Amino acid sequence: MAVSDATDGAAAKLGGSGRGSTLLRILGSIGRILLTLALTFLGLTAITFVIGRVMPVDPVLAIVGDRAPAHVYEEVYLQLGLDKPIIVQYFNYLGEILSGDLGDSITTSRPVMEDLLRFFPATLELATLATLLGTLFGIPMGVLAAVYQGRMIDHVVRVVGLIGYSVPVFWLGMVGLLVFYAKLQWLPGPGRLEFYYDGLVPTVTGLLLVDAAIADNWTVFWNAASHLVLPVSILGAYALAYIARMTRSFMLDQLRQEYVLTARVKGLSERTVIWRHAFGNVLVQLITIIGLTYASLLEGSVLTETVFAWPGIGQYITNSLFNSDMNAVIGGTIVVGTCFVGINMLSDALYRLVDPRAR
Amino acid sequence: MSDQAVGRRGGYRGWLLSDAPRTAFQARCQRVYIAWLTFRTNPIAMAGLITIATLVLMAVFAPWITSGDGITQDLPNRLLPPSGEHWFGTDQLGRDIFDRIVWGSQITLYIVGMVGIIVVPIGLAIGTIAGYVGGIVDQVLMRITDIFLAFPRLILALAFVAALGPGIENAVLAIALTTWSPYARIARAEALTLRNSEFILAARTQGASTWRILRRHVVPLCLSSVIVRLTLDMAGIILTAAGLGFLGLGAQPPSPEWGAMISTGRQFILDQWWVPTIPGLAIFIVSLGFNLLGDGLRDVLDPRSRG
Repeated sequence: MAVSDATDGAAAKLGGSGRGSTLLRILGSIGRILLTLALTFLGLTAITFVIGRVMPVDPVLAIVGDRAPAHVYEEVYLQLGLDKPIIVQYFNYLGEILSGDLGDSITTSRPVMEDLLRFFPATLELATLATLLGTLFGIPMGVLAAVYQGRMIDHVVRVVGLIGYSVPVFWLGMVGLLVFYAKLQWLPGPGRLEFYYDGLVPTVTGLLLVDAAIADNWTVFWNAASHLVLPVSILGAYALAYIARMTRSFMLDQLRQEYVLTARVKGLSERTVIWRHAFGNVLVQLITIIGLTYASLLEGSVLTETVFAWPGIGQYITNSLFNSDMNAVIGGTIVVGTCFVGINMLSDALYRLVDPRAR
Repeated sequence: MSDQAVGRRGGYRGWLLSDAPRTAFQARCQRVYIAWLTFRTNPIAMAGLITIATLVLMAVFAPWITSGDGITQDLPNRLLPPSGEHWFGTDQLGRDIFDRIVWGSQITLYIVGMVGIIVVPIGLAIGTIAGYVGGIVDQVLMRITDIFLAFPRLILALAFVAALGPGIENAVLAIALTTWSPYARIARAEALTLRNSEFILAARTQGASTWRILRRHVVPLCLSSVIVRLTLDMAGIILTAAGLGFLGLGAQPPSPEWGAMISTGRQFILDQWWVPTIPGLAIFIVSLGFNLLGDGLRDVLDPRSRG
């Protein structure tokens, strides 16, 4: 208690020092966020560096093979900089990452960065649509549950949320394929497109829906869309569960506030009270939640991609894993990790900038 | 203790509900009992408790309720559908799926137990020290925590297992390494509010060392929020472990780990749906149980968040 009083006092003092300090404060908080971002990125690369070092595969042997003579081994050893102190090795590694060099993949023998760029749009398409789905349905569900707290709709939302949290996504994907593809034949099977449509539209963005629309090829568009239905619904169900649950609890907090009572006493319609007043305040908090969901879907699509043979970044990482292609695994981890960290920080920054209470 | 119980209204119940507890022990028992009374009225939480209790009983009594070890192959009886003899059917190597599910419950409990044992002390130690000591220590510890908090959990666990090699111990380590940070955050928040309270000041003026204050006063008061969080996290831990198992990076066959069972049964889904479906249902029910239990515990232990 005493601590929060003290910080409130400090905040009041800061706020009292005039208008000129507002800009300074915003710059300060942006600076702090950038610093945290940089620190987190350093941490991430440090961990992937350690992973690369503790792995049981000798990186030199992986390149030269078992039967290379000693001097070749020695030469590659020096070339990789393995004779240098570990901290120097780390900074060399960091420099390579920052210049976009993640090494070559052993499996595809292309630079890892190039591979990742090729596989990333598929994951992006999946995660974006799933987040959209979760947001479009999750927010109204959460608001309804909060407004009708303790009634039937509230229980339904709660149960749906708990189920979404508890179900193993990969299993749900399998059962979904069994029911809707194999048994009912309502939806197409795994993959992004039927194989005979492959390569019909030129790759512009890598997002098949967008590319097909640009090429004005609606057959391909609808085929790609039908392939998206099942994986997007499954990932979207998870997003929906989380967003609905958080919306509900934020709305409940707001509806308990006195300003809601004031608004009602003033005779405002229930719709204005709920959507303009209460929801208006919740919206800012929801930015963070949606950001978190998006980030976790980007990484969480690993399992879904495996089940749906979806040629995204998750499948790339797991496939490389089984081929002991450590450059690819670590490169993938860094790229996904950076996106994850970046989205987290961005939503945090947005929240701080938009909501005066968080300053 | 017994003289207090005798001759009061309602015997033990009266002792547990008395307005004026005589000993610290009695007060503690009362708190647990009253929490239990609240908990009991919450049907959702009770459903969770019953699910988890069933899981524990299954794990404990596995040798008596199964007909085999769940690993020995019985090829003539492979891929039998569910029947009176094999409740959940048999898998591709003729093993009874019910037996494997029961034996697998031990693995599930082992995973969540081990992760809890690693994660809670680390989180508590870092969080309470940061919150109570404050200053530069707090800054450094919390920056480290933030870094871990911002990591993608599944991908990092994947990379760890890739480096350390597949296996259940490495899966546990990888999950623990990416799970401890929220506990440090929670413990720090609690420690911050406790730091300047009067009973801590009293203990300090009596000459208690920082270590003693942390151990005897701060940590016990942080425990309830940490335990609620752990229960709510259990489902996530189970799902991550199952996911690693499914990718072939967790427990290895022939181990009856549920995720690995789904993975090996995957190719039979079209004709023998029960082989991969039943382990998935088991994972779903158990993680649902932990979620329900966690929700209920939170309502009981932390009335602020109720609603």
